[in-house]
Amino acid sequence: MAVPIAFYLILAAILFSIGIAAFLIKRNIITIFMSIELMLNAVNLTFVAFSHMWHQVSGQIFVFFVMVVAAAEAAVGLAIIISLFRVRQTLDVDQINLLKD
Amino acid sequence: MSTNLLAVLPELILTLTGVLVMLAEPLIAPGRTRKPLGWLAILGTLASALAAFYQLHIVNAHGPVTGFYATIQVDAFSIFFHLLIASIVLVTLLASLDYFEQGAVTHAGEYFALVCFGATGMMFMTCSVELLMVFIGLEISSISTYILSGFRKGRATASESAIKYFLLGSFATAFFLYGIALCFGATGSTSIAAIAAGLAVTKTPLLGWLAVAMVLIGLGFKVSAAPFHVWTPDVYQGAPAPVVGLMSTAPKAAAFAVLLRFLFNGTGLYHSHWILLIEILAVASMTIGNLGALLQTDVKRLLAYSSVAQAGYLLVAFSSTRNEAFGAACFYTAAYAAMNVGAFVVLTQLSGFDEKLRSIDDYTGLALQRPVLSALLGFFLLSLIGIPFTGGFFAKFYSFSAAVHGGHTWLAIVGLANSGVACFYYLRLLAALYSRPLAEQPNSPTRRIALPAAIALAATAAATLGLGILPNHVLHLVQRATPQNLPTASAPQLSANPPQEAWMDAKTR
Repeated sequence: MAVPIAFYLILAAILFSIGIAAFLIKRNIITIFMSIELMLNAVNLTFVAFSHMWHQVSGQIFVFFVMVVAAAEAAVGLAIIISLFRVRQTLDVDQINLLKD
Repeated sequence: MSTNLLAVLPELILTLTGVLVMLAEPLIAPGRTRKPLGWLAILGTLASALAAFYQLHIVNAHGPVTGFYATIQVDAFSIFFHLLIASIVLVTLLASLDYFEQGAVTHAGEYFALVCFGATGMMFMTCSVELLMVFIGLEISSISTYILSGFRKGRATASESAIKYFLLGSFATAFFLYGIALCFGATGSTSIAAIAAGLAVTKTPLLGWLAVAMVLIGLGFKVSAAPFHVWTPDVYQGAPAPVVGLMSTAPKAAAFAVLLRFLFNGTGLYHSHWILLIEILAVASMTIGNLGALLQTDVKRLLAYSSVAQAGYLLVAFSSTRNEAFGAACFYTAAYAAMNVGAFVVLTQLSGFDEKLRSIDDYTGLALQRPVLSALLGFFLLSLIGIPFTGGFFAKFYSFSAAVHGGHTWLAIVGLANSGVACFYYLRLLAALYSRPLAEQPNSPTRRIALPAAIALAATAAATLGLGILPNHVLHLVQRATPQNLPTASAPQLSANPPQEAWMDAKTR
């Protein structure tokens, strides 16, 4: 028996919401970064599900683009995290509060 | 020349320039000046602007050029933004040529390359008519600006600025991407023209509405419209001044171009739905931006809140009819770019690499030490207020009158009231410049203005003044540039292995 398309979409929406919640709640920068990756993967799942629904390969090709871009973003993001850690010796967002009025 | 090559010529030149700068960087001995690389980047940007003019020549003669399976559409609209972005980048490069000579910077070559790459991404955003291409352009520009904002590495504030920009920027990108996915779900395509056609017949309009909202959230972050502006003051405070001048104008111009194309050409059918969201964004940005700026003592933070408010004034223009919205929004983008880049070029010159001048108190009485720079800063501030004979006045005028013509008079009234509030903080900085210096004030590094920076200052001042004196010419130009959807010729690509009919039957039953 085939799984209806709505199930995939609901799962993706739940994953996306978990990503948003983790982004807002978590205090460690690496964990926050992981929650962004979770959101991107939820989008990928949505793309694949819709691609199946519309019988179009383009949706699956988009997923590859998203993965490539996410990898580039991860490279830059981790570099920024390392440079931050070298200066501040912490990755807790509550302590990264120099910039304010 | 093949159509594909012609369609991406300015971007191609900028990419090659960036690669050349990176290749040439190791050839210069460590410790030597990196200025030649800066000149190389400037030449590349000039060549790219010339390529855009060449495109304009072709487009005027033969109509819009499409390339790469109709994902790129070069029309007068995209060329206008290409030229705008190229000018912003040119001024930024000129202003930052001597910027890196002051501090012990060993990686200035990367700066010039990254600015070129970032500009490539922004240009791609303005000429793509396919949301996935827009996404890739957005990422190219964002990733470059993430690095640029933390360019003074080794400083805690620089890393903090970069990480905040990176985390919130990626968060916004995820929303934008989810919007694209939902658009794809509602219409079966991510091409803007096909979305416009698909939304008319879609069986799931709810997905379409959600998609528009998600895309608006994602781009709202990029143009720093309230309530998605929280990163702006922190990032602007920690990033180097010339970079702030670049990233407060060029990526925003590109994002507004995408927003215009997507909202009016792609989802024009849902006008009555998204106009409400635009109204909320515009009112929130103007109010929060201006009230926030009143409380600031740091000049860069003040200008950050001011840029939030300016994004709000720009969004007011979206409430008008199609043609007028395009004209007013494009004019506002150009005027805002001229005056805001100008203000940050002055800040670059005044405070230097180490940014000794930070708070408004530090700027007190500066007109005695640096009369020319202070006068220019005053001029740009007056333009940001919207005093007549400056670009800022006509930008606001066209934006608000567009709103009135579109039947949103109350939005124009909110905007005018906000402009009044904005006078307070702009004039506070202006008054500080021209008042008696404090006793224990840090001295501004009194150097002469280098020639490239002087050219940059003159160009921005001339542009701000020119837009204030001869606005009609530019306005007619941009109104003519309103883009149309070209019919999509290619049939949608079907799956190589379509699901069995039995499965479809089971689903429909």
